[in-house]
Amino acid sequence: MSTDRLSSIFSALADPTRRAIVARLASGEASVGELSQPFRMSKPAISKHLKVLERAGLIAKSREAQWRLCRLEAAPLREVADWMEPYRRYWDESFGRLDEHLRQMKQEQAKEKEDV
Amino acid sequence: MSNPASSTLKVTTPSDREIVIVRAFDAPRDLVFEAWTKPEHVRHWWGWRSSTMVHCEAEVRPGGSWRYVTREENGVEVPFTGVYQEVTPPERVVHTEVYDVEPFNSGDPAVTTVTFDEEDGRTTVTATTLYPTKEVRDMVLGSGMEDGAAESYDRLAEHLETLA
Repeated sequence: MSTDRLSSIFSALADPTRRAIVARLASGEASVGELSQPFRMSKPAISKHLKVLERAGLIAKSREAQWRLCRLEAAPLREVADWMEPYRRYWDESFGRLDEHLRQMKQEQAKEKEDV
Repeated sequence: MSNPASSTLKVTTPSDREIVIVRAFDAPRDLVFEAWTKPEHVRHWWGWRSSTMVHCEAEVRPGGSWRYVTREENGVEVPFTGVYQEVTPPERVVHTEVYDVEPFNSGDPAVTTVTFDEEDGRTTVTATTLYPTKEVRDMVLGSGMEDGAAESYDRLAEHLETLA
């Protein structure tokens, strides 16, 4: 995946409203009206956010009857997740070790208390 | 919204220059703070299981420096270093962070803020690292990219959770 493409995905996801929209669309298609409901934002304001997401390839619009539906495009998100995976795995493994070490620290602390 | 005290690691990118990692631990925060900052504990958990900690020191006070060096299975040494800016046990530490290999160790360092929040005996650690530029942040996130592990849709679901 090119850095430019990742950049546009990251900057699209850098906004909390747009992340909420993506999360909402993860559970199914929605109209612009439905998407604007939780945000106390006008439809044009939501449309602006949708355009940014669309440009990043994260969502697609479709026309069905009178409703303009938006749906999530999973592929770019998966690419971002794949790309970040080794970083995530590094910390996941370290923190698994930290869990074990904390267990040991707690045991030692308990033992010290018993000995007193 | 996901459970704030989850043991599942969350990695998010709230802005162009940040990486945030959130993880809960089943221990009170004074213990987690100690394990997180003191070298005698850090050496037990920092890095891959397959790596060896070859150098681990930290002067945990404002202005004090830290340096952790691991040796990977392939023999390559990975040195990280920095300076503590703020130390407030057991709540918060702020320190700089440098990958001490040329050319990565020139220029402005990244700054990491770690907070420790305890609830019902569990501690949620939130580590926010602010990188000098978006390019450096992206490089850190993409490090180890060559691993190219096969991915599943489960991971996408996990990633979506972090976005919610």
